[in-house]
Amino acid sequence: MKQAKGAKSAFAEGVRDGIPIALGYFAVAFSLGIAARDAGLTPLQGFIASVLCTASAGEHALFTLIGAGAAAWEVALVTLITNARYFLMSCALSQRISPEMKNGHRYLVGAAVTDEIFGISIARPGALEPKYHYGAMAVAVPAWALGTALGILMGTILPGRVVSALGVALYGMFLAIIIPPARKERSVALCVVFGFLCSWAAGVLPALRELSAGTRTILLTLGLSALAALLFPRKEEPDA
Amino acid sequence: MHNYLYILIAFAVIYAIRVLPLTLIRKPLRSRFLRSFLYYVPYVTLAVMTFPAIVEATQVPLAGVAALIAGAAVAFFGGSLLTVAATCCGVVFVLEWILVR
Repeated sequence: MKQAKGAKSAFAEGVRDGIPIALGYFAVAFSLGIAARDAGLTPLQGFIASVLCTASAGEHALFTLIGAGAAAWEVALVTLITNARYFLMSCALSQRISPEMKNGHRYLVGAAVTDEIFGISIARPGALEPKYHYGAMAVAVPAWALGTALGILMGTILPGRVVSALGVALYGMFLAIIIPPARKERSVALCVVFGFLCSWAAGVLPALRELSAGTRTILLTLGLSALAALLFPRKEEPDA
Repeated sequence: MHNYLYILIAFAVIYAIRVLPLTLIRKPLRSRFLRSFLYYVPYVTLAVMTFPAIVEATQVPLAGVAALIAGAAVAFFGGSLLTVAATCCGVVFVLEWILVR
């Protein structure tokens, strides 16, 4: 009984902490929907993509590739690259999972390891409570999917100024993820600055600009991350 | 290729990325290089995807540049995800309202 009560309140706390995340997701997903509309997705397709993938950068890359009529292997590889950070987050989460946790919970928790839900889950002291994670998912994921569908549906009736204003929300979100750690660590700051510079250069240089944007992203990520790992290897940290 | 097939491929990959570490990896990675590499991957990827794309996403490049600078500044001084995103949107909206006729 005691355990059931604790589990119920963990879910309620997850819902409470998930509400601000849901509000942010709704606004950002709306701009993601505009990208999906440009790629020719229907509102239902956008809704389903967002429920299944729950990833801003990953879905943005997916929609761009759909718009470009990319090959299946390109979608798989770009999805792998743009979402590699979730692999890291899941690695960090795995260290916080109690050994007794059933596999079913592991499969469900894994469905929504997003930047923000991961953030609030890892910020809670002690072992990970799946029900807390589910509470946050229960409000954040529908907001994300609904925002995407509405972006596709309403993107056309909004004036161009509003569309391009909402279109930069996603890039704003990326900045909110990369800038604070860049402030703390010089190595991350260099990654960001050289990421910007090389991305710009790759779009201009004769041979590189012939490649698709997705392929350029893969090559630059692999190259610059490997270089950063060689120049600034991380110290031993159990979980940071 | 059908849109649902694209979505399904992306879902299969992204779900595997998220679930495999939770179900299979029960120890921290041992290679220092690999751990360092994976640590930097998200920052490099997101930086590469942000610029120059943010400048190309707006009707006038100046609005995108201003959004980048304003967003980075707000993020630098501890703005939340929502604040930073809203700042970028606001800057573009106001600038294009002035510049685009």
